[in-house]
Parts: sequence; structure tokens; C-alpha cells
Amino acid sequence: MSSTPNVGEHVIVKRADFEQLLDALNARNYQIVGPTVQEKAIVYDEITSVNDLPIGWTDEQDKGRYRLKRRADEALFGYVISPQSWKKFLHPASLRLWQAEQTDDGFHITETAPTAPQYAFIGVRACELNAILIQDRVFMHDTYVDPNYQSRRTEAFIMAVNCGQAGNTCFCSSMNAGPKVSAGFDLALTEIIEPDRHEFVVEIGTELGAEVMGEVAYQTASQAVQEQAEQIVTEVASQMGRLLDTTDIKALMYRNFEHPEWENIGNRCLTCANCTMVCPTCFCTTVEDVTDLTGQQAERHRYWDSCFNMEFSYIHGGSVRSSNKARYRQWMTHKLATWVDQFGTLGCVGCGRCITWCPVGIDITEEVATIRKTDSALLTRLREK
Amino acid sequence: MLKKHKPKLAVWKFASCDGCQLSLLDCEDELLAVAGAVEIAYFPEASRATMRPPYDLSLVEGSITTAHDAERIQDIRRVSKSLITIGACATAGGIQSLRNFADVQDFINIVYASPEYINTLATSTPIATHVFVDYQLRGCPINKMQLVEVINAYLNGRKPNIASHSVCIECKRRGTTCVMVAHGTPCLGPVTHAGCGAICPAYNRGCYGCFGPMETPNTSALSTQWHETLGVDKDDIIRVFRGFNAFAEEFRKESDYYESAK
Ligand code: SF4
Ligand code: SF4
Ligand code: SF4
Repeated sequence: MSSTPNVGEHVIVKRADFEQLLDALNARNYQIVGPTVQEKAIVYDEITSVNDLPIGWTDEQDKGRYRLKRRADEALFGYVISPQSWKKFLHPASLRLWQAEQTDDGFHITETAPTAPQYAFIGVRACELNAILIQDRVFMHDTYVDPNYQSRRTEAFIMAVNCGQAGNTCFCSSMNAGPKVSAGFDLALTEIIEPDRHEFVVEIGTELGAEVMGEVAYQTASQAVQEQAEQIVTEVASQMGRLLDTTDIKALMYRNFEHPEWENIGNRCLTCANCTMVCPTCFCTTVEDVTDLTGQQAERHRYWDSCFNMEFSYIHGGSVRSSNKARYRQWMTHKLATWVDQFGTLGCVGCGRCITWCPVGIDITEEVATIRKTDSALLTRLREK
Repeated sequence: MLKKHKPKLAVWKFASCDGCQLSLLDCEDELLAVAGAVEIAYFPEASRATMRPPYDLSLVEGSITTAHDAERIQDIRRVSKSLITIGACATAGGIQSLRNFADVQDFINIVYASPEYINTLATSTPIATHVFVDYQLRGCPINKMQLVEVINAYLNGRKPNIASHSVCIECKRRGTTCVMVAHGTPCLGPVTHAGCGAICPAYNRGCYGCFGPMETPNTSALSTQWHETLGVDKDDIIRVFRGFNAFAEEFRKESDYYESAK
């Protein structure tokens, strides 16, 4: 065992010593969450040892299609991305916000939301980390802070992993959100796997990351090894399955509000809301108040909601966005235009989940390309000529 | 607190399997609370004691399949302040509405030894076709917690917390991986009304559509994807949409479309 490394330093952890990383986190009482194989997919869930990881498994993704596949090697992080993001831990799908009772002297809150677990996330990809930073902006850096998100988020340990391969629905490069992990991690790994060599180049991101690493057997990474790690992620950047041209994207969306393509998408869209559920930046929720039959005990619950639901835009007299077209347009315009006005960044990190998990394979990158090709401004210019 | 008048609850049965009424009996802990909050005035499945009409709340199970029942539902409506239908039969006509797509006489001849004793209508129709309905609770069978919620909402004078969005949202909230995308299993979840908690996908099965069409079901986009990408043949598409909610308008249109294209 060596001394504690410095923040910013790169070290090497051998595959055989990887378990020590988890042990160090276990010893700090983290609830460790990482990739696991479940129901023919690689799903983020609780893990206790390295054997819970998807050793030798990978995923193949395309629009509306996902398949779990065997790899030729025994990589731990040799897959692209899971069906759902870390959002399900930081911003839970359902949460009881409080309980209350009515007594002779009025209404009393008896219990607030349960205390949040302290998570250690293993295998956070660059796009996912950027999505977390986007949700930080939404939940923590505005007038109102969501205490449920904040407590989970500030306690979370993040072990990021640089991608070793890009998926067919990935376009993080287009969104400047990957594939290289650049900020917001405690430790960032790059997996190197060759016939007689299996190790991880680890970049130390924080003091906490350094402390954890101090409890693990490691070596200093030579310049050559660091370059090799760098090379892996650079290659991934050139393998993106999809591209999204973000030039002038906000104005493009706004001026094509009446583009005929919206109607076309509306005919294909199921309004099932899968895209919003799997999107790592989508944050919308609804609250439900329930009482017991006597009306003496009450609870408030919060659930993930979606702009694809009719109730979402329901105001007196009906839903504002009653057509499929209007709802898809709301979603895509929010991601690529109104998000900028609201939070100063785009609301998409190019993780590709909305493409893979759309049951009918509607593809945000294709839709942007279609609208761009037949941009109303472009058409007007052509007509004037 | 003032002692409130306990609302009188009645439970009625039409053409159905009794499963939805059983859900009420199956409520166990909650049943005692319900029994404490209402006067069970008419519920033959639970008790022989009956109270005379009128009733504050009538729960109606089953569809209308005979001339006698068509009259009986009018009487029930007349003596009920609020009327709530429970289950796919009462709300959409049930599995027995398959007769609506064929000649009922053919079924009678096949099924009964003495067809001449059978006196039935040519169709099975939902309760709302016959009388005004205050609320329709979906499902085959209904979700017992939703039934308690509907009664609870009624007692407390509020709108029931019952979502009409897709089953997909229930899958995603519970963390089930999509069986259609990850396994290639045809699933009715995207066009089906939530309420069951997405049980079938959690057991690696496609959704059977027990809760009927969701609020804005795009059945044609889903069936096109099944046919063109998953290779489901057109007869199977007809069969899938002709389940417990076969006669629900959007499901009916979809199966009729494929049938007329044959
Ligand atoms: S919009 Fe799609 S690609 Fe972009 S972050 Fe959300 S799920 Fe990922
Ligand atoms: S796209 Fe829809 S669900 Fe997602 S954050 Fe925007 S409004 Fe909410
Ligand atoms: S775009 Fe796809 S996933 Fe999103 S609501 Fe429409 S059909 Fe569902």
C-alpha cells in the first residue's frame, strides 16, 4: 500500500486490486451503486463486490432497440450506457415528501421525507456527469433548492469512467458533453484491457478521491500510459453513432415552431413519455396528496411526470398541449432552445437514451437534421432568390 | 366532531366474472376501514343483509348483455346518487364484447347444448352506453388500491388520484427495463392506461392492455412498429387488440382496421 496521491495525479490500479476500491468505499458506509446485468440489460443497481459488475458484457443500441451481448474479453466497463441514468438515485421516481395528521387543534406535519442514502456511483460516464451538472443547476442553483436532491447529491461519491467505445445512438461529442470526463468526479477511470494486461488509469479529482485511493494498491502512471489512456477516449470521440449540428440551434427551433415536420413526428409519437423518463436531465414531477378514509391522516407524494402527459399542461378547461405534435415539440424545444433561456445551457448531453428507449425509434438527431434541411429561414431565402 | 351520516354503498353485478367485486373483499385491512366509513347497504357477494334504496354510491361491475339488464341498470341509476363502474366489463364491455365482432347466434350454437333457452342481446356494451356514469375505474381486474382510492376520494369530496397516462411511466418509475426495446417483445404498454403498476413487463411479458386505452393512444404507430420491426403478423395484431378491452373505441378501431385490410 502506498501513500495518498495528489489531486490531479494519474495512477494505475491493477484489475486484481479493483476490489480494494469498493472495499474502501464500503468501509466509509457508502451505498455502492454500479452497473449490473439484469433482465438482459446493464442496469445501475446496488453492488457489493466486483463480481456484481457486468464482467465481459456489452450492449448494442440503435433506435428503439437494445441488446445485451457477450464481449470477447473480461472488461468491467465494456458497455456503453444503461437504460436509466443516475437520475433515479439523485432525483427518485417516487418520494413521500411528508405525512400529516389533523387533530382538534389543527393540521400538523408529523414526518418529512426519509433521510437520503449516501451513494457511491461507480461507472458514471462523461455525458451522465454533465447531465448531473445540468440538474444541479435546476435543483440547487436557483431561488428554490430541492433539499431531497441536494442531500443526495452533496453526499455522493462519483467514480467516473471514460468511455472505451461509443454506442450507435451516442452523440455526446456534438453536445460537448463527452466522451472524456473532464470535471465533477472524485475519481475518473480509463480501463485498459489487452491480452496480458488489465488495469485502470485513475485520475484523482478531489481530496476525498485521493483519500480513498490512499487505501488501495496503486502505482504512479507513466507519461506513456497516460497517453495511451488519452488515446482510447480520443478514438471514441471519432466513433459517435450519431451527430447533432448545434449551430444556431436555439434560433433554429424557435423560427421553425410551425414546421410541418412536427405534424409528421406527431403521427409517429406514442406520447408514451419513455424519452422523458430515461432522459438524465428531464426533471419534471407531479405531487399527489392522499388521505386515509377518515380524512385525518394525509401524505404528499412526488412522482416523475412528463410533458407527454395530458395532465401536465392541464389548466382550467383542458390541456394546453392536447396534440401529439404539440407535446413532442414541447419536449424537443425545451431540450434544445427554451432550456437555454431558462438555465443558460442546452438540456441535452447526447447520451442517446431517448433514441434507444423510444419504442418506435424516434430520433432527436434525425429530427433536428430534417428541420435544418427544410429550415423556414432557408426556404424563405431560397424563395426570394 | 359531528357524527356524519354514513354514505350507503351498493355493489351491483352485470355480465362479469366477479373478479372486480372480489378485489373489494380482497382489500383486507382497508376493507375494515371502508366498512367503517360507509354503510354497506347492498353487496350480495359480501352480505345477505340489504338496505332499501336510495344509495349514495353504487359500484357497478359487468357489462350489459341482456334486455333485462338493460332495464335493471336504469333502475339502479335512478336510485344511486353517484355511480362508478368498476373493471373492463363495465367500462368497455369486457372480453364478452368479442360477440360484437361476430354473430352471437354462432357462439350460442357452439357453446350451449340447448341454444333455445338462451335469451341474450347481440352485443355486450359498457354501462356508460346506457346511463350516465360519474367515474369509470379501469382494469381487468381493477387494482384494489385504486378502488379504495376512488371510494376515499368520493368520501372526502375530491378528485381521485388516478393517472391516465401510459403503462411505460409505471415501468420507468419502478425501474423495469423496456421489454419491447431490450427483448423485442411486443408490448401494449405505450397505448395502455396505467393502473396495474406495470406487472407484466416486470415479469418479462408484454403488457396485455388490461386497463384499456390510455388518454391519447397512438395505436396505429405502435402496431406499425410491431409489424414492420418486430415482425408481428397482422392476425396477431387483431388478436392482441381484441382482449378484455376489445370494444374500447381506440382498440376496436385498430383491430377493425387490420381486419378490413385482410
Ligand atoms: S434528450 Fe435524449 S440524448 Fe439528450 S440527454 Fe436526454 S435522453 Fe440523452
Ligand atoms: S422535456 Fe418535458 S419532462 Fe423534460 S424537463 Fe422539459 S418539460 Fe420537463
Ligand atoms: S418520442 Fe418516442 S419515447 Fe418519446 S413519447 Fe414519443 S414515442 Fe414515446
